Amino acid sequence: MEAAAGGGCGSGPPLLSESEQQCYSELFARCAGAASGGPGPGHPETSRVASGAATAAAGPVADLFRASQLPAETLHQITELCGAKRVGYFGPTQFYVALKLIAAVQSGLPVRIESIKCELPLPRFMMSKNDGEMRFGNPAELHGSKVQIPYLTTEKNSFKRTDDEEKQETQSPTMSPFASPPSSPPHYQRVPLSHGYSKLRSSTEQMHPVPYEGRQPLVQPEGPSSGGPGTKPLRHQASLIRSFSVERELQDNSSSYPDEPWRITEEQREYYVNQFRSLQPDPSSFISGSVAKNFFTKSKLSIPELSYIWELSDADCDGALTLPEFCAAFHLIVARKNGYPLPEGLPPTLQPEYLQAAFPKPKWDCALFDSYSESMPTNQQARDLNRMEKTSVKDMADFPVPTQDVTGDDKQALKSTLNEAVPKDVPEDPATPKDSNNLKARPRSRSYSSTSIEEAMKRGEDPPTPPPRPQKSHSRASSLDLNKVFQPSVPATKSGLLPPPPALPPRPCPSQSEQVSEAELPSQLNRAPSQAAESSPAKKDVPHSQPPSKPIRRKFRPENQSAESQEPSTTISGPASGASVKPHPTVQKQSSKQKKAIQTAIRKNKEANAVLARLNSELQQQLKEVHQERIALENQLEQLRPVTVL
Amino acid sequence: MAVCVAVIAKENYPLYIRSTPMENELKFHYMVHTSLDVVDEKISAMGKALVDQRELYLGLLYPTEDYKVYGYVTNSKVKFVMVVDSSNTALRDNEIRSMFRKLHNSYTDVMCNPFYNPGDRIQSRAFDNMVTSMMIQVC
Repeated sequence: MEAAAGGGCGSGPPLLSESEQQCYSELFARCAGAASGGPGPGHPETSRVASGAATAAAGPVADLFRASQLPAETLHQITELCGAKRVGYFGPTQFYVALKLIAAVQSGLPVRIESIKCELPLPRFMMSKNDGEMRFGNPAELHGSKVQIPYLTTEKNSFKRTDDEEKQETQSPTMSPFASPPSSPPHYQRVPLSHGYSKLRSSTEQMHPVPYEGRQPLVQPEGPSSGGPGTKPLRHQASLIRSFSVERELQDNSSSYPDEPWRITEEQREYYVNQFRSLQPDPSSFISGSVAKNFFTKSKLSIPELSYIWELSDADCDGALTLPEFCAAFHLIVARKNGYPLPEGLPPTLQPEYLQAAFPKPKWDCALFDSYSESMPTNQQARDLNRMEKTSVKDMADFPVPTQDVTGDDKQALKSTLNEAVPKDVPEDPATPKDSNNLKARPRSRSYSSTSIEEAMKRGEDPPTPPPRPQKSHSRASSLDLNKVFQPSVPATKSGLLPPPPALPPRPCPSQSEQVSEAELPSQLNRAPSQAAESSPAKKDVPHSQPPSKPIRRKFRPENQSAESQEPSTTISGPASGASVKPHPTVQKQSSKQKKAIQTAIRKNKEANAVLARLNSELQQQLKEVHQERIALENQLEQLRPVTVL
Repeated sequence: MAVCVAVIAKENYPLYIRSTPMENELKFHYMVHTSLDVVDEKISAMGKALVDQRELYLGLLYPTEDYKVYGYVTNSKVKFVMVVDSSNTALRDNEIRSMFRKLHNSYTDVMCNPFYNPGDRIQSRAFDNMVTSMMIQVC
């Protein structure tokens, strides 16, 4: 084969030097050998590939190309130029041309046919020598694992499951998972891995492998059709599994990365984390889009570039940045400002999983509370480092102090009740603060107003003088909301409610815990056995909540002069609310996340109901108009009728 | 498998329009523009029915001898118009629906980007890639 390969290569590209010839033929043999020797069991795509003995299979070739550490775009161009796309496979000629082009690009020449005419060093591949054996060793395992892996749903849970299964089954940490169905494009790994996340979100599974194969015509076009719909999800799984296993592999071979500009050093990481904390003291929560936008705009990059950086770094496309996403974005901005061109896809070292694994966050449970205390000294540091948002930082630094104890108490009270189900705690607690913070962080002003609505509602139904509300009032504020909605005053109240909160965000924004504590505190104020320790910080919180609740109460209780402070009214309602208070302690004892969920549901329902009410009124209007028209037409008909009859 | 994909804003100006370059692009622009009337007609045909009840996928807007035009409207009155080749009979309704769903998802991703102002032209590379993937399948 080598002789034939040597003869074949002479016709296409210019003569190769001795060393080049040797190296290329060896590589070619390895690629072709790996293909034919590798996957035995009947995979329709692979059997076709294996039949071509003089061709190098797409899989090993792709691996090789990737090992050259060139970006995906370049590899794309190279494969186009070498003619593999045209003929649909990697013959010796195409392979050698491609290798030459790789060498050219690695030497800094542009991707052109002319580049290979000059003397070039050998192309460099960062691949271990025993890859071939590894591939042979584990195809059966991989097939087994693929069959066992359940049908892939779009939830991340299933991804974690498949990851775990694959970890157990494939012992070798290197390239073995990629070998077996080489027709399924392993190019995926170089294609931005953010695609993997978009696959997670979308519900169409079958469409995705097809367009990707369209992008990579190296994979023989028969691939999709021969596989059939049955193997499509399987290949989809395989490609996604591979993309995740690549991440693991990348994490394993972290030293082999030449993506130095995209690597975050420790001190950079510290700086980014501090910046994050300055915007958002809870490192496990998000930075909202607008906050991040203001922050990054200060870097003086152009908006399209910032937009592109955001696209790269916001992996889950939720409009908010978690800590690893933020670090990635910041790093990209820094790199761009230093002159590096922006990459085509998010580099592997900047992937959120990689960043999380490389720099593990503090443990969720206790560290969440520690982080509040940590955020204090780091906020002090952040003031020095943060030249951008000094005033807000100072504001924020003040507030965590008084609410910290409260937060700790509340969270620990919640935790003690949650500790009954310990195993669930760990996944739940990250979800809980994340969700609650998520809810608090993003629609911040909304959740703020909704909690105060709830408080006002709860208090409103208690006093003996009933406010103008329908008789069917429930003890639960949520259903009360629904009753209120159908009143015509709802749109007015809603519009009245919304303006006050936006005035507040700068203050409550650093401590979402404030909102949690606020939700609990005002109800706790009603309780006779209210903790004395909390009453004083509660009083501090009360002024915060006063501004939003005041306009609310003006509408709900016009009789009560709501100009008075909250405390007298709560004490008035306190004794009267004895009976209805009992549900409150039990409610509070349950996790706050249920409350938040209820509140979001309440919000959504209210909005929907408002929309419905408006539409209803519109429809009524139109109905009236139509009626009138009809009457007018009938009149005209009446007038005309005598004429026609006669 | 689309020959042309367009995203039209609520005020009926294009946010994004792209066609395969084989033919005169102007023709596709014109087709999309005329299809807007059909879209409006379909929307109003539902009467002032509740927005929620109206289905987002509008289906085949109108066929010409060479092409078929499909439409999709979001709740914010942003319209997606897709022109496909009539000779491509393998395309079924489900596939068109899923393509629109993908478009919608990518569009929401673009929206989530805080640096994107609604009403600007869509310049997101991810969106471009997704549309390219939908269009390239032809060849």
